[in-house]
Amino acid sequence: MSDHSNEHAAHDHDAHEHHDSFWTKYVFSQDHKMISKQFLVTAIFMAVLAMFMSMIFRLQLGWPDHKFPFLETILGKWGKGGKLDPSFYLGLVTIHGTIMVFFVLTGGLSGTFSNLLIPFQVGARDMASGFLNMLSYWFFFASCTVMCASLVIETGPASGGWTIYPPLSALPQAIAGSGLGMTLWLVSMVLFIGSALLGGINYVVTVINLRTKGMSMTRLPLTIWAFTITAILGILSFPVLFAAALLLLFDRSFGTSFYLSDIFINGAPLHYSGGSPILFQHLFWFLGHPEVYIVLLPALGLASEIIATQSRKPIFGYKAMIGSMLVIAFLSFIVWGHHMFITGMNPFLGSVFVFTTLLVAIPSAVKVFNYLATLWKANIVLSPAMLFAMGLVSFFISGGLTGIILGDSALDINIHDNYFVVAHFHIVMGSSAIFGMFAGVYHWFPRMFGRMMNKRLGYLHFWLTILGVYGTFFPMHFVGLAGAPRRYYAYTAYSGFDAAININYLISTFALIGGLAQLIFVVNFFYSMYRGKRSTQNPWKSNTIEWTAPIDGIHGNWPGEIPTVHRWAYDYSKPGHDDDFIPQTTPYSETKNSNLPGEE
Amino acid sequence: MHTLLVWIVVILTVITVVRAIRILELVNELGGDGHEDEITEKDNNFNGKLLIWFLVIGLGGMIYFTFDAKKYLLPVSASVHGVLTDSYLNWNFALIGVVFIITQILLFGWGYKYRHKKTQKAYFYPDNHKLEFWWTVIPGIVLIGLIVYGLKLWNEITAPAPKNSMVIELYGEQFRWTARYAGGDNKLGNSFFRWITDDNQLGVDEKDPASKDDKIARELHLPVNIPIEFKIHSRDVIHSVYLPHLRAQMNAVPGMTTEIALTSTITTTEMKKITNNPKFEYVLLCNKICGVSHYMMNMKVVIDTQDDFRKWYKEQSLVFQPAESPAPADSAKGMAGSDVIGKKVVAAR
Repeated sequence: MSDHSNEHAAHDHDAHEHHDSFWTKYVFSQDHKMISKQFLVTAIFMAVLAMFMSMIFRLQLGWPDHKFPFLETILGKWGKGGKLDPSFYLGLVTIHGTIMVFFVLTGGLSGTFSNLLIPFQVGARDMASGFLNMLSYWFFFASCTVMCASLVIETGPASGGWTIYPPLSALPQAIAGSGLGMTLWLVSMVLFIGSALLGGINYVVTVINLRTKGMSMTRLPLTIWAFTITAILGILSFPVLFAAALLLLFDRSFGTSFYLSDIFINGAPLHYSGGSPILFQHLFWFLGHPEVYIVLLPALGLASEIIATQSRKPIFGYKAMIGSMLVIAFLSFIVWGHHMFITGMNPFLGSVFVFTTLLVAIPSAVKVFNYLATLWKANIVLSPAMLFAMGLVSFFISGGLTGIILGDSALDINIHDNYFVVAHFHIVMGSSAIFGMFAGVYHWFPRMFGRMMNKRLGYLHFWLTILGVYGTFFPMHFVGLAGAPRRYYAYTAYSGFDAAININYLISTFALIGGLAQLIFVVNFFYSMYRGKRSTQNPWKSNTIEWTAPIDGIHGNWPGEIPTVHRWAYDYSKPGHDDDFIPQTTPYSETKNSNLPGEE
Repeated sequence: MHTLLVWIVVILTVITVVRAIRILELVNELGGDGHEDEITEKDNNFNGKLLIWFLVIGLGGMIYFTFDAKKYLLPVSASVHGVLTDSYLNWNFALIGVVFIITQILLFGWGYKYRHKKTQKAYFYPDNHKLEFWWTVIPGIVLIGLIVYGLKLWNEITAPAPKNSMVIELYGEQFRWTARYAGGDNKLGNSFFRWITDDNQLGVDEKDPASKDDKIARELHLPVNIPIEFKIHSRDVIHSVYLPHLRAQMNAVPGMTTEIALTSTITTTEMKKITNNPKFEYVLLCNKICGVSHYMMNMKVVIDTQDDFRKWYKEQSLVFQPAESPAPADSAKGMAGSDVIGKKVVAAR
C-alpha cells in the first residue's frame, strides 16, 4: 500500500513542479525539506534571542555593581541608568527558559530533524500529511511571534519562571508580568502545543505507514527510533499541559479556583477557595518531565547516528539502544514528582518518586556504555559533527551523574531550587540537547542545502562552546552547594554568600565567551547556505538512504522509484568488504564475502 | 556619546565579519583541490590532540576548583539530620566523581587514540550480550543501594516531629517572613486569611484560647538542641523556607500547612568560631520565586543557648496584647520557652 501511495505522490509532484510560486515554495510549503529549514531558521533566531537574554542577566549576576549604559539604549525603561530592572530580570529568566526549552529544543530540534530525516531515512516521498506539516510550522511561527510580542508590552513579559507556578502566575497583583504578559505566554503556549501535536502525529504516522520496501522497524536508524518515541511522548504529555494551561486561564479570567485558595494580597482577601497550587505542579510536571526527554531523545538519536557513521563502526548494542530509549520514555511518565519533593507532597509519595527516578539512571548508563563501546577500536573521523556528538555524551554523563543526587529526596532538600539544579539541567538537558542539535546541523547541512559548512569555523565553534559550557556550569554547582538560591536578582540582602557569589564573575565570563562563540555558528550557517562548497552525494560515506536521494533535493525526494532497503543502517567496516561502509540499499547478494551467518 | 560608541563598535564588528568571510573565501580558492571541507588526517590529529589537552586541563581545573571551593561552601551542618545527609552527599560525590573521571577519560582518550587513519579499519563489533548484561546489572545494584539508604534517611527526616517539639509557625508573605511561637501551651491559635487586619497580620483567631500566649517575631530565634516543629504558611503566593545551614527546606503554600521537623546543634556564637568569621549569621531565605523583591525576602536566624533563648523570648510581644498591662510575672509564667525548655526537653534528652 505504501508503495502505491508513494508512486502517487511522485506522480503528483511531476505535475505540479512548474507551478511552484514563491509563496508555495518558501512560505506555505508542504515539502518536508522546506518545512525543516523553516523550523531550523526560526529556531536559530529564537535561540539567538534567548541567548542574548542570558548574556544580559549574566552581566547583572557577574557584575552587580557595574552600570552598563548600553542596557538603557536597548531596553529603555527596563535598563534605566544602565542597571537592569529587577522585574525585567525575572522576565528575562522566564522567557529565556521558555524559549530554550520549548521553542529551540522542542520545536526547533524535533521540527527540524524529524521533518528532515523521517521521510528521508524511512524512504518516503514526504510526510504522511504535508498539509498538517505546514500547519505545524505556522502554528509554531505564530506561537513564536506571540512570545516575542510579549517582550515589548508595557507591563513586561511573564516573569514567574518558565514553570509558571500559580498563584504567582495567576495574580497580576503579585507581579506585573502576570498581567498581559502571562496571557500572551498562555496564548503562545496553546499555539505551540497545537504545533507539537500536529507535528507529532504526523511523525508517528509517517514512520509506521510510509516505510519503504524492506525497511522493517529493526532496520530503522536510531534517529528514527528516537524521533518516533519523542513524538509519542509529546502526543501523550502535551495535552496535559494544555489542560493545565486552560484551567489556569479559567482561574485568571473567570474566577474559578482550581489552583487558588486562601489568598490575601494587596491588603484584601480574594474570593478563591478550595483550590490547590500543588495540583498545577502535578499537571505541569506530568508534561514537564517527559518534556526533558522530548528534548533529549532526538539529540541522543542524532548523536547515535553520527557517532556510528563517523566512528566507521556499527553502533554498539543497537537493540539495547532502542530498549533503553523505550525504558527511559516509559519511566519519564512516572517520575514527575521528583520536582516536588519539598512542596509539601506526602513524603511517602516522594519515596516512590525517588525509586522511579533513580531507575532512569540504569538505561542512561547503558546508553553511555554503548556509546563508549562504539568508540572503542573505532576509526574516528573527528568532523565538527562528531565532536559535538562526543560533547553531548560528555554532558550526558556529567549532568546525568548529578541527577543521581537531585533525584534522591534526602539530598534534594538542601539543593532544591538553588544553583546546583540550574547547573544540572543546563548541562544534561540544555547543553546536551543543543550539542545534539549542532551535531545534526553540521552533519546534515549538505542534505539540507546541498553545500558543506566550513569545517574550520566549525572546529572553532566547537572548542569555544564546550569551553564556555563547562566553564559556565561546572563552577555553578558550587554556587548551589554554597546555598545560593536561583532566580535572585542580586545576592546583596544576605552577606553570608559573598565569597561564593564571587564565582559568578568567573561564570559570567565563560558564559560570554560561549555566547559570542555562537555568532561563529550563525555566520558559518548563513554563509555556507549560499556560498559553501558544493557537497558530494554522500559526504560522510553514510549507510542511510537519505544520501541516495539527489543532494540538491527534489520534490518527492527520489526521481523514479524509492530505493529498497536490504539491511540495517550500521554495516560499517564489516570484515570481508573493501569499503568501510555498505549502504542500506546494497543487497546481501552483492556482498557475499562479508555476510554473516543468516544474512542471505 | 555612548550610543555613538555602541554604533561604531557594531559597524566595525560587521565590517570585520564581512572581511573575515572574504579572507576565508580567498583562502579556500587558494587551496584549490576541491576537498577543503573533507576531514583530513591533519584535522583528526589536531582535534585529537585538542581532545587530550582539553581532558587534561579540564579535569585538572575541575579537581583544583573542587578543592579550592571548600572555602565558600556551607559550613558544617547545624542540624542533626544535616550531618547525616552531608556525609551521604559526600559519598555520592565520591562515587559519581570516580564514574565521571573514568568515563570522560575513556570518551576523550579513545577519541584521540582511535582517530581516523587511512591505514586502519574499525573493529566490527555490533554487540556483546554478556557485557551489556553486566553493565546493566552493576549500575542497577549500585542504584538500589543508593535508593535504600537515601529512603532510609528521607523517612527519618520526614518522620512526624517528636511530641515534645517546640511549635513555631513560619508565615510568608510578599516579601517578609514572620515567626509565631506557640507559647506555654505549645499550641498555635487558629488562623485564617479572612481574619487578617492591620493589627492582626497573621489573621490569628483572638477567641481561640490557644492564641492567648502566642508570640510573634521578625527574627527567628531557636534554642539549640531542642526539637523544633515548623508549621509553614503563606498568605499570597508560594514561598519557600530555605535554611541552608540547617539543611532544611519546605515550600510555603497558600491554603495549606506544610511542616519541617529539625533539631539544631550549633549556636550562632559557636558557628562564628567554627567558620572563623565574626560576622557569621544564620539565615532563612525565600527559595521560590515570589515576585520582584524575591531576592530580598529573608529573615535573620539566631540559634541561642537555651538560657539566651529564654531571655530573648521574654522580650517578644504577644500576638494580642492584653488590654490591661499584664504583670510581668504572669507573662513569664505562661511563656513557652520556660516550659518547653524546662520540662519537656529534659525528658527528650
